[in-house]
Amino acid sequence: MSFVPGQPVTAVVQRIEIQKLRQEENLILGFSIGGGIDQDPGQNPFSEDKSDKGIYVTRISSGGPAELAGLRIGDKIMQVNGWDMTMVTHDDARKKLTKKKEDVVRLLVTRKSLEEAIQMMSR
Amino acid sequence: IERSRDRHKPRSKDSRSEKSVTINTPPAEPLLGDSAVRGEQVQDDNWGETTTAVTGTSEHSLSQEDIVRITKDLEDSVGLDCRRYFARTLAIILGLLVFFTPLAFLVLPHILWPENLKTCGTACEGLFISVAFKLLILLLAVWALFFRPARAGLPRVYVFRALLAVLVLLFVISYWLFYGVRILESKDDNYQGIVQYAVSLVDALLFIHYLAIVLLELRQLQPCFSVCITRSTDGETRHYNLGQLSIQRAALAIIEHYYCDFPVHNPALLSASKSRAAKHLAGLKVYNVDGIAHSQSRAMIAAAARRRDTSHNELYYEEAEHESHKMDGKIHLLEEAFTHIKRMQEEEQKKSPGDIMDPREAAQAIFPSMARALQKYLRTTKQQHCHSMESIQQHLAFCITNNMTPKAFLESYLTPGPTLRYSRDHWRARQWTLISEASVTSSLKDGSIFLLKCVDFSLVVTTKKIPYIQMSEEYIDPKSHKFVLRLQSETSV
Repeated sequence: MSFVPGQPVTAVVQRIEIQKLRQEENLILGFSIGGGIDQDPGQNPFSEDKSDKGIYVTRISSGGPAELAGLRIGDKIMQVNGWDMTMVTHDDARKKLTKKKEDVVRLLVTRKSLEEAIQMMSR
Repeated sequence: IERSRDRHKPRSKDSRSEKSVTINTPPAEPLLGDSAVRGEQVQDDNWGETTTAVTGTSEHSLSQEDIVRITKDLEDSVGLDCRRYFARTLAIILGLLVFFTPLAFLVLPHILWPENLKTCGTACEGLFISVAFKLLILLLAVWALFFRPARAGLPRVYVFRALLAVLVLLFVISYWLFYGVRILESKDDNYQGIVQYAVSLVDALLFIHYLAIVLLELRQLQPCFSVCITRSTDGETRHYNLGQLSIQRAALAIIEHYYCDFPVHNPALLSASKSRAAKHLAGLKVYNVDGIAHSQSRAMIAAAARRRDTSHNELYYEEAEHESHKMDGKIHLLEEAFTHIKRMQEEEQKKSPGDIMDPREAAQAIFPSMARALQKYLRTTKQQHCHSMESIQQHLAFCITNNMTPKAFLESYLTPGPTLRYSRDHWRARQWTLISEASVTSSLKDGSIFLLKCVDFSLVVTTKKIPYIQMSEEYIDPKSHKFVLRLQSETSV
């Protein structure tokens, strides 16, 4: 999941589609994000490489749309609806996820277990 | 201060071996219960050592110790004064010699060969003024440094002072020799030269005075050693910083600190705890009925000792709580009595001016109503022999004169203060004995240990050297203080 500058990033990703839930006036997804290029990567408990400034899922509210869709805590979000999430500021990431006009978000997430599963299958 | 004037080192070793005999540790076996079996009053095996020291019931009883101390005081005051006067007269003679020498140098040529002398020109007369003022300064400086009331009588001579006296004496003698040989014999007529010679003498004396200041006053100012003083009877400990001193001067500084800082030594508090301990030990007795199976009886003894220890602790805690409750009750009583009294006093002031009393009379009028409560309190805290009725009345008059509140009056009875605060009777230790393995004029070293013994207790002093500190520097460019804000936010979506 770490990247080498100048080289394309490769990762095994899972597609997750989350339907936003309407709660009073807001559309919520039911999870929290942390990270970003303007944040301190050393404090991220989920990343393997402590210089990874990507967006990670830090909390999932139980029974919420994200959990139902298969998002897990510690996942790194690579794309949201086609927008790249590997090199964005925290606020940009939030904006991409909370667009009022969109009812559904399609995420590409990666996690360590996916990598391991692929490696085991390829052996 | 040691009794005899002989300076043999073995003497200090003798007193040390004496000391090792007199320290008695109470025996720890459970058979101490036997003393209760004997049906005596509560005593432990050290009764000969401690219970004769304080009677505490009447103020005018003299114990055996007091009598011995008084006779020793009488003996010693004679010997001490002789030595002090001897030293003082020597110092005065030396001072007079030193002071009049330059004047003599200036005056003698006029007396002995006045006709040959060249007249004193302006430069020479200017030097007269210089001699006069330098002598005046020297006089004031010597008065400031040396003419102070003696703080103490030390066992051995004060080495630096003796050295300085010898130096000054040699110096003045050599100047006289030179003067006698080269000037008096040859009847030198160059008066200006003679005056300059006298001026050089006074300058050199001022420099010797500077040396005296450095050796006697400045050298010991910078702290070099940390000394730990422990009182042998109740373990009260304090730490002080001292500079480079000889052992006797360090001991003097320590005793002065002791008088100012340590709470007064109260033997009543010690014997109280011992009697309590003996009372509780009486409860457990171990009898060896069979007479065989030593291991069995040893196990039993160990079990009994353990049980005694735990019951000891419980009883101690209970008693301590009980006592502190009693104490609070008594303090409350005292404060009540005192506030009532204060109000009475203010009423009296509003009364007719014919009833005006001075503080002593006011104190005497007030005193009886709170005397009982105060006495009860003092007896509970075992301070009753520290404060006589007279001293309490004096303190009361003092508090009234200075408009102090009852709390301020009681403050001096609630906690034991430093020894100096109490009446002169309680400076029981005017005679201190310095017990040391090293010579008392040698300087303090790291790890030197010595004892200061007085009649009731001794102070154990250990020294530690303040270590050499190696410091290095690191330069920080003021422009290098730059900061980045590293956030760690979490947003829920």
